[in-house]
Amino acid sequence: MSMLKFLGKRLALSLFVLFGLSILIFTISRVLPGDPVRMALGSRAPQWAVDNLREQMHLNDPLYAQYYYWLAGAVRGDLGQSLFTRRAVIEDVREFLPATMELALFAGVIMAVFGILLGAVSGRYSNTWIDNSVRIFSYIGIVTPSFVFAILFLLLFGYVLNVLPTMGRLSPWIARPPVITGMVSLDALLSGNFAAFGDAIKHLLLPAVSLALGGMAQEARITRSTISDNLRKDYIASAKGFGVPERLVMFKYLLKPSLIPTVSILGLDFASLIGNAFLVELIFNWPGFSRYGIHAMLNKDLNAVSAVVMVLGVIFIIVNILVDLIVAWLDPRIRLGAERGK
Amino acid sequence: MNYSRNPLLKRRAEGFKKGWYKFSRNPVSVLGLFFVLTVSFLAIFAPYVSPYPTHASRFVNFAEAGQPPSLKHLFGTDVFGRDILSRVFFGFRYSLMMGVVVLSLVVIPGVVLGLVAGYYRGTWIDTVIMRTTDIFLAVPPLILALAICSVLTPSVFNAMMAVSLMWWPWYTRLVYGLSSSLRTEFFVQAAEVTGASRSHILFREILPNCVSSIFTKMSLDMGWVILIGSALSFVGLGAQPPIPDLGTMVADGAKYLPDQWWITIFPALAIMITVLGFNLIGDGFRDLFALEEV
Repeated sequence: MSMLKFLGKRLALSLFVLFGLSILIFTISRVLPGDPVRMALGSRAPQWAVDNLREQMHLNDPLYAQYYYWLAGAVRGDLGQSLFTRRAVIEDVREFLPATMELALFAGVIMAVFGILLGAVSGRYSNTWIDNSVRIFSYIGIVTPSFVFAILFLLLFGYVLNVLPTMGRLSPWIARPPVITGMVSLDALLSGNFAAFGDAIKHLLLPAVSLALGGMAQEARITRSTISDNLRKDYIASAKGFGVPERLVMFKYLLKPSLIPTVSILGLDFASLIGNAFLVELIFNWPGFSRYGIHAMLNKDLNAVSAVVMVLGVIFIIVNILVDLIVAWLDPRIRLGAERGK
Repeated sequence: MNYSRNPLLKRRAEGFKKGWYKFSRNPVSVLGLFFVLTVSFLAIFAPYVSPYPTHASRFVNFAEAGQPPSLKHLFGTDVFGRDILSRVFFGFRYSLMMGVVVLSLVVIPGVVLGLVAGYYRGTWIDTVIMRTTDIFLAVPPLILALAICSVLTPSVFNAMMAVSLMWWPWYTRLVYGLSSSLRTEFFVQAAEVTGASRSHILFREILPNCVSSIFTKMSLDMGWVILIGSALSFVGLGAQPPIPDLGTMVADGAKYLPDQWWITIFPALAIMITVLGFNLIGDGFRDLFALEEV
């Protein structure tokens, strides 16, 4: 199947999933007990104000009509008003999303690189002390909630050792670099401001590592088991027997095919990483989209909650398509679009 | 028990014995079983084994507030003077209950949908079921569970319902993969040829071959569900005070870091030990049944 056909099919399916997700989240957000307008305006707001806002938000119409208004707006990029920031939700998204993307990408890179590295070393030297310590580390990584890592790091590096900043994205005495991408570290780099870049990376370190550890442990575990399985296969022995240099055997013939299962779950791990960002951003006071989302949820801010879920849905669809493309590149046998799971 | 009269039961008993033998040869799995049994014991008998059972609910004794671990209070006391050790024992109850309730709600519908979708692979039934799971799996379960909890009144019960609503697709997807490949096996075709009913084929031919995978996933999922539950109560959308939930305790204690570290650290360790136990058992099952897909 050609690449274009594959992409087209994936996009069509993605649109369907997004449509379904919008119905799901809309249903969830509208069946709530309690009046969101009353909550937003406060118990002392006059009744006419509440009635006006209800009318304005189409809350008096039947559910399907409300859904129609909401969807029609969403397609045009109008996700409604946030009841709490009192701004268009889309503006909030624009403001808060880059911070979370910066954190998630940084954490995702740490997760993938170190997870694969640890797994590869552990599989290559299986049943040695290196392997055993990596395996113990993996268990710790898997069973520890990321919010516990976050709290421990806050305690250890922020208070006891006092070597890393624990709040926000930049130190207050450093001027924010001009906004280009919205990601502070990247903006600083692009504008050549290395002091700000270093400071931004320092701020990223603790939240990103607390987010990355769980997924890293999973990646390490899977890479280890495929590497140690493949290491025993005949083709490796024959490659060595032909005198292919060790390094070439390890990287080209062993590592590349062994990465397929690891990469396949990268998308899943990235998704749970963003899920955990909801707690970690709260702990490190990271002014991002997830913290915005959790505040919206705690305040029953309907439009904002729906927008957060939909935006994340779009992000995961893109991530999953990317993962599929990488897997197809790693494994020529997996024809793009061929049935998976067989 | 005497199984000698019934050959099928006898064979099952022998299979179980063999399985247990293999499972018990793996020290890591046995360690997991030990953790899980200990935690379950402490949870079930919490009122009898905890040193201060009254401290599990509303209890205030400011004279002993914020004490570090000592012989009198092995895990120290919180800001209300409640014994953390006792509260951790009671906290195990809520964690285990979360896992047990959620899994008992989701496994049956999830598995049945997966069986049906896999057996009718390629038909509209497959499309409807599997595309619905795609929608539920489009966003990480924690986020949707948070969204659902946020519109409900926060409570242990609602948290369980929210997580359950998000969790069934994982079983559907797992069983779908198994069932769609099993349906072309000879024994299924043989049953079809002899005119066995649909329900016989689904539940008597295909399902028994999925049980080991489902079991392994359930064991691993106990851990995941407990983690998600603790995350929900950590942000205040799950169990409400004065319920001694481990996630809530970690969140409450975080305000008093770094001075009163014991309020946070011990409940956090308790979560980790519980999840670790179920994970180790799950891994033991996976090795035992030689599974790859779970």
